Amino acid sequence: MKKPKVLILSGYGLNCEDETKYAFELAGGQGQIIHINDLIKNKRLLNNFQIMAIPGGFAYGDDTGSGNAYGLKLRNHLWENILKFVEKDHLVIGICNGFQILVNLGLLPVLDKKYGERQVALLPNDSNRYTTGWFDLKIINDTPWLSGITEISLPIAHGEGKFFASKQILKQINKKNLVAIKYINNPTGTLENIAGITDESKRIFGLMPHPERAMFFTQLPDWPYLKEKYLRDGKKLPKFGPGLQIFKNGVNYFK
Amino acid sequence: MKINCIEIISKISDTRAKVKKNQLHQVNKNVEEVFLVDVYTIKKDLSQNQLKEIASSLTNPVYQDLKINQPILVNKFSWCIETGFLPGVTDNVGSTVKEIIKDQLKIKFTKDEGVFTSQLLLIDGKLDEKDIIRISQGLINPLIQRVHFKTQKQYLKDKGMDRIIPQVKLSSADQVNTVNLNVSDEQLMAISSRGTLALDLTYMKTIKNYFKKLGRNPTDIELESIAQTWSEHCHHTIFADPIDEIKDGLFKHYIKRATVEIRKKKSQDFCFSVFTDNSGGIKFDKDYIISHKVETHNSPSALDPFGGAITGIVGVNRDAIGFDMGAKPIVNYYGFCFADPNLKSPLFRDQEKKLPLLSQRRILDGVVAGVNSGGNCSGIPTPQGFVYFDNHYQGKPLVFVGTVGLIPTKSSSVKKARSGDYIVMVGGRVGQDGIHGATFSSEALSSGSPAGAVQIGDPITQKKLSDAIVKEARDQKLYNSITDNGAGGISCSVAEMAKESNGCLVNLEKVPLKYPGLEPWKIWISESQERMTLAVPKNKWKKFSELMKSRDVEATIIGEFNNSGRCVVSFHKKNIMDIDMKFLHDGLPVRPMKTTPVKSTFKEPVISQQKNLDEVLLAMIGRLNISSFEFISKQYDHEVQGNSVIKPLQGKGRVNGETSVVKPVFDSSHAVAISQGLYPSYSEIDCYQMAGASVDTAVRNLVATGVDIDKIFLLDNFCWCSSNDPQRLYQLKKAAQACYDFAKIYETPFISGKDSMFNDFKGYDEKGNSIKISVPPTLLISSIGIISDVLKTISIDVKFPGDLIYVLGETKEELGGSEYFAMNNSVGNIIPKVDAQKNKKLYQNFYKASQKQLISSAISITRGGLGVALAKTSLAGKLGMEVSLNKLPGKVIRNDFTLFSESQGRILITINPKNKKMFEKIMKENIIKEIGQVTENQQLIIKGLDNKVIVDLNLEKIEKAYKSVFKNY
Repeated sequence: MKKPKVLILSGYGLNCEDETKYAFELAGGQGQIIHINDLIKNKRLLNNFQIMAIPGGFAYGDDTGSGNAYGLKLRNHLWENILKFVEKDHLVIGICNGFQILVNLGLLPVLDKKYGERQVALLPNDSNRYTTGWFDLKIINDTPWLSGITEISLPIAHGEGKFFASKQILKQINKKNLVAIKYINNPTGTLENIAGITDESKRIFGLMPHPERAMFFTQLPDWPYLKEKYLRDGKKLPKFGPGLQIFKNGVNYFK
Repeated sequence: MKINCIEIISKISDTRAKVKKNQLHQVNKNVEEVFLVDVYTIKKDLSQNQLKEIASSLTNPVYQDLKINQPILVNKFSWCIETGFLPGVTDNVGSTVKEIIKDQLKIKFTKDEGVFTSQLLLIDGKLDEKDIIRISQGLINPLIQRVHFKTQKQYLKDKGMDRIIPQVKLSSADQVNTVNLNVSDEQLMAISSRGTLALDLTYMKTIKNYFKKLGRNPTDIELESIAQTWSEHCHHTIFADPIDEIKDGLFKHYIKRATVEIRKKKSQDFCFSVFTDNSGGIKFDKDYIISHKVETHNSPSALDPFGGAITGIVGVNRDAIGFDMGAKPIVNYYGFCFADPNLKSPLFRDQEKKLPLLSQRRILDGVVAGVNSGGNCSGIPTPQGFVYFDNHYQGKPLVFVGTVGLIPTKSSSVKKARSGDYIVMVGGRVGQDGIHGATFSSEALSSGSPAGAVQIGDPITQKKLSDAIVKEARDQKLYNSITDNGAGGISCSVAEMAKESNGCLVNLEKVPLKYPGLEPWKIWISESQERMTLAVPKNKWKKFSELMKSRDVEATIIGEFNNSGRCVVSFHKKNIMDIDMKFLHDGLPVRPMKTTPVKSTFKEPVISQQKNLDEVLLAMIGRLNISSFEFISKQYDHEVQGNSVIKPLQGKGRVNGETSVVKPVFDSSHAVAISQGLYPSYSEIDCYQMAGASVDTAVRNLVATGVDIDKIFLLDNFCWCSSNDPQRLYQLKKAAQACYDFAKIYETPFISGKDSMFNDFKGYDEKGNSIKISVPPTLLISSIGIISDVLKTISIDVKFPGDLIYVLGETKEELGGSEYFAMNNSVGNIIPKVDAQKNKKLYQNFYKASQKQLISSAISITRGGLGVALAKTSLAGKLGMEVSLNKLPGKVIRNDFTLFSESQGRILITINPKNKKMFEKIMKENIIKEIGQVTENQQLIIKGLDNKVIVDLNLEKIEKAYKSVFKNY
């Protein structure tokens, strides 16, 4: 079976493309980082891929709101191609800044098939400050991205991760079961502990936490303790971390 | 031309407004409510539809409302305050909006058109004009921002605030002046100080004679250019010139010689390039090279804490990007020296008290936020750093910033600008910002300090530049040389690179400007940020410029390198500078220095001995210099790039460690550990031992994490004061000598260094009395180590009940300059003496034990001594400990002195009881002592020298003391 091809976008301050590409390749995919301007120059490149990933970062320095400026650039130049891409049985993931971009682009949650309409927002954290740390999360819906996972611990690092939607919108989101993943303890004041959502197809997935920063054992915050425990129990040390499964799920969707 | 205004407000509860309200409430309790409005002022003729389209692209309908060309109103407010930038200050959001508009509407902006951002605070509450003036001043830094306010009545009457366009209007234009140097010595000095040239008489006379021989006077740009190149900041004359019997100067004689001799002696030389490049370089593994560089940005941070700090961190990032052919920044590193943020004794730069220094709290907040923005926006993890407090830093804070870089060995090659290569400037444009940074930082901060020295960073412009270089252009081999535009701007970077080809011709009119009307000399020396200079071969220019264009990075040919032996600058075909390369770089006269020995003695403190030390220990843990600075660690992204291994906060108890470890290459088991040591509180007692302690701590912190001492490398940052005072110079000489002596014994070479010699403040106190505040002689020794097996690294948190606790090394009553004496408002005289020979054996055996994975936790004993180390390691593991100081190796008589002595060379560790035999066998020739056990409960119990309980504390209490100091930061 051929390796699924993963497009990882870059440019204008996105900054997690390298580790995101590595995670997808570790999971058995074939990753390619493409600068947004190169994609605009050659739009048909998009047809080569089954998965599109918008990685974390600080596109345009969050000016005019995180994800807004990069989202506008995608809409102004690639909207039609992106729509064609998501119509097919393809996967999309937006991590952190990527999630913020998908939301501004109107690719999440796309209630009532209203592609391109901004229906939810990611607002400044209650502290109004950038926050980094590891948090436990539980999986809510059945997006292929999270299949086989019930609980997971991942790091967050963002200043604008507070999910917001009007009562009506939130009601629909819950009714249609589009909430994908929630924090167990709320780190930012995000609505109903929401950490990530999907569209109705469940194939488009956005989340604030960074699974690509949890693909190895030594990335875990408590690995030195775990190592000592494994040693004393005479067990072999694990190599990988929990985040890797999410990328495997993405890749395996096409196997 | 029409001036359009788009105003945007949140229609739901607004976090940013809430936080502002809380801040303002601190200033004035009558502030009831605050509404926050973002204002985009667009100077351009636009149709209604165009405006609507722009507005909607800037507004998120989910939670925001907008108004076009009419003021936003809220139901209840009494005042409106508007804050915006002053002309010429980088407005990052403004330029992003400009990009958005151009992309959205497919239209262009002329030079005279633009987008400018400002912010409105609609404030409700019983407040009179005095209150509002006070609030306003707290909102801005007058050096870079404007503030205006109106009453609600006025606001409604005028239909909002006045529309202010902060555009730079310069009439000065293109003129070049010649400066007559055929004048008296007094007048020569007047010329020097008038232009903030910081050139002393011997220098001015040398320049005078040089141009006499040429039979002409220098142009202003020539004089400025020499001033930059010869400045203390760029030429480090104090470290280069002869001092007493040391003819080859402190740098060559002590720092560099240590490295040269160590490299000769060592069987394996891991150094790659030292002292020559923008950063120091060491071998990581067979495929990669690691670079490290630590800079200071003290003077800019004193004037504008945020701007100074952010340009500091993105500036030192360019020392990685400019290392070799371009290294990818993989770690940011910081160190801040402040006065107590609660200090209430205002200082002024002028006698009339019109120019107050910012409060210590504002300096702290600004500096912390600056490094946050610079690091986070650039996607560079910032795991490692420290904060240190001493009220001698009130006049001038010290802001250390460092960056570790990574470059594949196969991408590395020797930099060489060749004759015929284009001189190419990439990145940001040139403006007035950052004029005289180099020369000004060579002087004390005073009322004459130029506001022009302030710079604002634009991390995203640099991120685009950085990606285009280190991820693409570098490996396509599109340039022959690259360097950073830092101090002195292109005047230094081009002239420096021109050494490689031995000459250059610069066409100054080609340099892209932020706004018209800059005098040529300003273009030449401006320190506008986010710029680098490259040498691009003619046949590669097309490919290079196309790549940069496609990455939205501005790249401009500004001249050509040649081998004429001269540095020539032309402006619209007229030569305005023509100086011999030799004179420019080596023409400065040697200024021999003399030192005067100084031995200060302080009175020994009288501290009553107490049976129970619970409260004393809690007080120590709550000291500014010991307590948790989690509020910084948490807001600096240390997970980006996925390389974090030993994180800034360790264990369940989240305790700040002294060392961070990163694993920059996913496919390699190798890792990099970084740490530091500094003891300014020892300096006035004995700078030699101070430096010794700093080196030992910097090395030991890495050893305790599991680093092989054979793979540890050092960086030195001397931040001195009044460096024209023979006694200060004596202290400097002693410190440098210690750097040599201790580095030699540990065989830890210096790979890079930087100094900042005049960290003094000359100004006035509340009463208008003139006052001089100097920082204590501050030496930061940064350390970097290579780990071959990341799984062998050790964290500080105790792990399992029943584990045995050992103190490695000897404890003596060395409390001079200690945190404990400081708490008792005294200094003392007996400071720690480092026995490096003995320590080295300990560190080597410790490494053996760590490689056999015998050590479960380890914490290096530093500021605050054994007592603090016990509390931290126990809190980190959230497990109790029971230890006894009875028969502790060393020389100790008092319990409190034993707990808080800062004797060097000590590590506190825990091990699995099963490993006892093997561990003690490995350590048999070292002085170690088993002092107790880790316990299940949450009590830290310490028995004294006589085995009676002196401390019995619950971890909750310790945690409270440790974490309450900066709780509300």
